[in-house]
Amino acid sequence: MTNAAVAVQHQSVKADDSFLTIRKLTKKFGDVAAVDAVSLNIRKGEIFAMLGASGCGKSTLLRMLAGFEIPSSGAIVLEGQDITSLPPYERPINMMFQSYALFPHLTVEQNIAFGLERDGMPKGDITTRVTEMLELTQLKQFAKRKPHQLSGGQQQRVALARSLAKRPKLLLLDEPLGALDKKLREQTQIELVNIIDKVGVTCVMVTHDQEEAMTMASRIAVMKSGGFLQVGPPREIYETPATKYVADFIGNVNLFKGTLSVDEPDHVVIQTPECQHFVSHGITGTLGMDVHVALRPEKISLQKKAPTPQERESAREDGFNCVQGIVKNVSYLGSYTTYHVKLSTGTTLKVMNTNDARHDDHRLDWDDSVYAWWDGSDVVVLTQ
Amino acid sequence: MQRSRFGLGWMTVVFLFLYLPIFTLVVFSFNDSKLATQWGGFTLKWYAEILNDREVREALWLSLKIAFLTATASVVLGTLAAFAMVRYTKFKGRTLFSGMVNAPLVMPEVIIGLSLLLMLVSVQRAFGVPERGVLTIWLGHSLLGMAYAAVVVQSRLLELDKSLEEAAMDLGCRPHEVFRLVTLPMIAPSLLSAWLLTFTISLDDVVLSAFLSGPGSTTLPIVIFSRARLGMSPTINAIAAIMIFIVAAGVIFGSLWLARAEKRRAEEQAAAYREALPSP
Repeated sequence: MTNAAVAVQHQSVKADDSFLTIRKLTKKFGDVAAVDAVSLNIRKGEIFAMLGASGCGKSTLLRMLAGFEIPSSGAIVLEGQDITSLPPYERPINMMFQSYALFPHLTVEQNIAFGLERDGMPKGDITTRVTEMLELTQLKQFAKRKPHQLSGGQQQRVALARSLAKRPKLLLLDEPLGALDKKLREQTQIELVNIIDKVGVTCVMVTHDQEEAMTMASRIAVMKSGGFLQVGPPREIYETPATKYVADFIGNVNLFKGTLSVDEPDHVVIQTPECQHFVSHGITGTLGMDVHVALRPEKISLQKKAPTPQERESAREDGFNCVQGIVKNVSYLGSYTTYHVKLSTGTTLKVMNTNDARHDDHRLDWDDSVYAWWDGSDVVVLTQ
Repeated sequence: MQRSRFGLGWMTVVFLFLYLPIFTLVVFSFNDSKLATQWGGFTLKWYAEILNDREVREALWLSLKIAFLTATASVVLGTLAAFAMVRYTKFKGRTLFSGMVNAPLVMPEVIIGLSLLLMLVSVQRAFGVPERGVLTIWLGHSLLGMAYAAVVVQSRLLELDKSLEEAAMDLGCRPHEVFRLVTLPMIAPSLLSAWLLTFTISLDDVVLSAFLSGPGSTTLPIVIFSRARLGMSPTINAIAAIMIFIVAAGVIFGSLWLARAEKRRAEEQAAAYREALPSP
């Protein structure tokens, strides 16, 4: 083994030096496994998002971390301490609830101080800590109010302040912005990440909103039927989805079913009814196997004239990565426009182009006959 | 139009049937005539007579005392029962337990009274206690009141956001602290309702009290009942009017207070959202 290889391995061990370890965690309700033998390492200081449709087991997993559900089997280890069977009130973990769960009979101040009082912290220290939290979340002028006297966004900040007040080792967020309207949500996402970064707490969140996960998290786990389909940084999940489900669940995608017709180490060709897909990297597979081709709508170019060879340099021969069709739907959405292009095979191709010029001379309209093409490096081949 | 006129008429008939007797009763308590059917002018002499009537005074005081004790015991026991039924859904024999808690609601009172009497008599024979009186009436009323209180508190507990209790636990509360610091303040209004309800139930109960009372422990409804059997006297009207007044005052003040709290809450809530909006 060379020195460099040793160094690389050493580094990867250090990066994986896990703060929170989940080992083969399973939760069964009757015969159904809501969470099925999930294993995971979470690093100190990261924001980790579990993303999935409702019923995928993400909330059950979060509730097991909080201690509200007792795992059927498996272990949760936080900083070397096995906390699997600790009750919620003994875990150094705090949670921000989806409904915020603010105590309606207590003021903002009292809500934030609640957990500190349970710990028997001296009065003076509590006051200092509460003030600190109020400043952090910019709630100072609301300290004496009751929760119902606050707007949704303010309530959300109280909930955050309350869950951070005890300086937990791990912060759990259950659909943190689910109760806010869209405009407020975008602004709050950034605020929330800033506060979490400032405090430096490790954070596990659960959401069904992919945009929320992508904006806030450093890593995302896509969940389905109680297990992880893929775990990785947002970019990796989006650009190189591991399965058809992940590709379809995260963002918009065009999926084609086909077979592997050329298999070379540096490129492959997939034959689908629509066209031949030239893929500029090798894959692990056997010739003739069934595969899916995933293509993001924004990676596709669209115009009325046939593209010149210069325009499509990576598709080396004609007929690769290029289709012809008729525009059947145009949705102008301000910063971008989406087109639905009907191909001769009957498939509809979704294309998304940014509107980077104010007056577009080459504007496409309904029933225009168009060419669509894309780069060989933008094609994702999915074998499962 | 035709329909609504019919509806209005029907409603009037029902309300007259319900409230006209009570109204007449109160009016005739000021009637200066021995005959209950004839108006003989306004007077307060029946009320004065009650004040001098030692039996009525003592019975009223006893009834209020028992109602107070019953309401308190019912709310405590009923809350515990409701909490067990709502929060511990998996213990063995839960269906039987909740059935038994609710049974006094549907069991004929005569049967409850009779069986309690038989039991108390044999217990007294064996141990010499308890003497029939305040204690036995209180026990009987609490048995009934507990069932009512459990129903009221249970419905409130069911609609309570469970994540509030989880949040308390998450922040370091042990189960008994969760109950004391979060659950109890949340269900306080329903405890008040349950208290008022069981107070009234105890105050006007005749059947159980008749079975369980002993010499020297006659409650007001029993006094009224036994006097009414000897013929209607305007003093009974006056006693009844006083009872109606006590109950009505309690209910009216209670609901006014709740309505005002609700209104203030709604206003504050609206103000918070107005404030959060950017000024135009």
